[in-house]
Amino acid sequence: MTLDLFFQLLFAGITYGIIYAIVAIGFNIIYNTTGIINFAQGEFVMLGGMISISLLHVVPLPVAIFGAVLITMIVGALIEMVFIRWLDNPSVLRLIIITIGLSILIREVALHIWGESIRSLPYFYGNEITAVQFGSVRFSPQILWVIGVCGVVVAGLSLFFGYTSLGREMRACSANRRAAILCGINTRNMVTFSFMLSAGIGALAGCVMSPITYTQYDIGTGLALKGFTVAILGGLGNSMAAVAAGIILGILEAFSITIVPLAFQDAIAITLLLIMLFLRPHGLFGSKEAAGLKEF
Amino acid sequence: MLKKAILAVAAVGLLSFAGLQAAGAETIKVGAILAVTGGASFLGGPEARTLEMLVEEVNAKGGINGNKVELVIKDSAASTEKAISFAKQLIEEEKVFAILGPSTSGETFKIMKIAEDGKTILLSCGAAEQIVNPVAKYVFKTPQKDSFAVKKIYGEMKKMGISKIAVVAGNTGYGKAGKGQLLKIAPEFGIEVLATEVYDKKATDLSAVVAKLMANKDIQAVVNWSIVPAQAIIAKNMRQAGWDVPLFQSHGFGNIKYVEAAGAAAEGIIFPAGRLLVADILPDSDPQKALLLKYKKDYESKFKEPASTFGGHAYDAFMILAKAIETAGTDKEKVRDAIENLKKFPGTGGVFNFSAEDHNGLDMDAFVMLTVKDGKFVLYEGK
Repeated sequence: MTLDLFFQLLFAGITYGIIYAIVAIGFNIIYNTTGIINFAQGEFVMLGGMISISLLHVVPLPVAIFGAVLITMIVGALIEMVFIRWLDNPSVLRLIIITIGLSILIREVALHIWGESIRSLPYFYGNEITAVQFGSVRFSPQILWVIGVCGVVVAGLSLFFGYTSLGREMRACSANRRAAILCGINTRNMVTFSFMLSAGIGALAGCVMSPITYTQYDIGTGLALKGFTVAILGGLGNSMAAVAAGIILGILEAFSITIVPLAFQDAIAITLLLIMLFLRPHGLFGSKEAAGLKEF
Repeated sequence: MLKKAILAVAAVGLLSFAGLQAAGAETIKVGAILAVTGGASFLGGPEARTLEMLVEEVNAKGGINGNKVELVIKDSAASTEKAISFAKQLIEEEKVFAILGPSTSGETFKIMKIAEDGKTILLSCGAAEQIVNPVAKYVFKTPQKDSFAVKKIYGEMKKMGISKIAVVAGNTGYGKAGKGQLLKIAPEFGIEVLATEVYDKKATDLSAVVAKLMANKDIQAVVNWSIVPAQAIIAKNMRQAGWDVPLFQSHGFGNIKYVEAAGAAAEGIIFPAGRLLVADILPDSDPQKALLLKYKKDYESKFKEPASTFGGHAYDAFMILAKAIETAGTDKEKVRDAIENLKKFPGTGGVFNFSAEDHNGLDMDAFVMLTVKDGKFVLYEGK
């Protein structure tokens, strides 16, 4: 392998990885407050992309993205209020199955609104063939946008969960729901809020990655699967770990094609997921003790 | 939208029923199995809309030889199981005169025998060559064969002096069939396939595979065979990586939406397609020109979306059936014979010349080589 190819693959891997990581972060937020995995997370990403593309017809790009994030957050909140909030002490399994149902529902609704065709936002800088040259490596400037957004989101979330009272209340809900209620925290509002937050982050991810990956009504499933793998790999609930795990998976996928055919790229993610679930269900960077306290 | 469409079809059906009472003529019931929703909806959607439009038009003119047409569209969502049960339902319960569709080759394979047993004419919109090879008595198809597309591409490569290529394909039925044909036919043209890669139909970025192929300096051109968004993604990734070898695509690229998606990266992509996409720049002597322009105009003004070659396949299926009924009356067997004897019949896919041995009726001439220039399809003139 030449050095050129090595760096080109490395960068392709980082691109994949960051995209997976930003989806994984959405999983982590809801997990952090409810202890469940929201399988409709990929659909939030799709909605973000689709809504911003529709809004772009009437407003400029930054406003379209802002609007899409806002609308998706409202959708996230509505979903939680209609389907989850009123359930009395639901089991984790039941909640997860509800989110799977929701993901199918959102997908079908999107198919009827936007149809089957692929769409995308324009590149934020340059166009489809613009490339940034970095040594011998060339890549699209859009990737820098994705990396930047991912960085800001991770930093923002760490500050939010670590230093604001709202963030700490959300974490308390996840650690021990009953204790949180006894402390006077309105756990139901916290859950609604976590759905809004993860919907918003998903939508933002959907907007920035849209020029690279395109947006189609069913793009969510594939992204959610990779995002889920990355979330597990890093250790559920930890955004920083998700980024590290995402980059690991992305680089593995990118380099895998020098050894096995491209068709096996997805098999690698699934194999990794299975190995992790068997050997280290608390993730590469998670702590076993902390995971042991969770219901799921 | 769908509901409206169904209502419209029902209304047309009722009207034609009323008309029939008055005139005392027969109503011809035509079934259609199309993937209106699901993964192949970009095929079935335009196909269903085209058929609705045509039936409305024919009935407004008083039907075929005074016989009104009733259209029954079944949405298979590209599922073979559904296609099978709809085929049985249409033949046994609805007792349709003929079946148009299915949209995909996979579904067609599963219902061919049902149509044969039911002695019902099947005009498929699937692309695979195996639908009409070997010939089944009642089975016809309207899209051009994929082997012709491959030959057309290789012919062009020879002219350009290209002999070493890479093949990439999506992991769909279409991609696999095309990859098979590309590998099989390559030696005939003295072309060497140095690398083949298959990607998932949901692939969102192909820069790693582009990097790998690009490292092989012997590759003079890339052929991509798929009907998924990756057609646009591979173009972008190649150009972003600064790799400027010619990129060839299959006839699945014949949808302007992919050109829009690939933007500047689509410029210069070369691919074979039917003449529909370049109807307005064809010479006036072209036998297809008039009907292509009419179909395009009618479709685009009615549905506010660009006409695609896929809707054209359904157009051809319906028009061939209508023409055969016009010449042979309403006897199924005679209509089947009439289709087989149809010669020099211009459609959107090409000029059809059916025979007892050829139930597709198109030759290599049905394809023209196109390229993308300034975001539009234009005829490829060579370098």
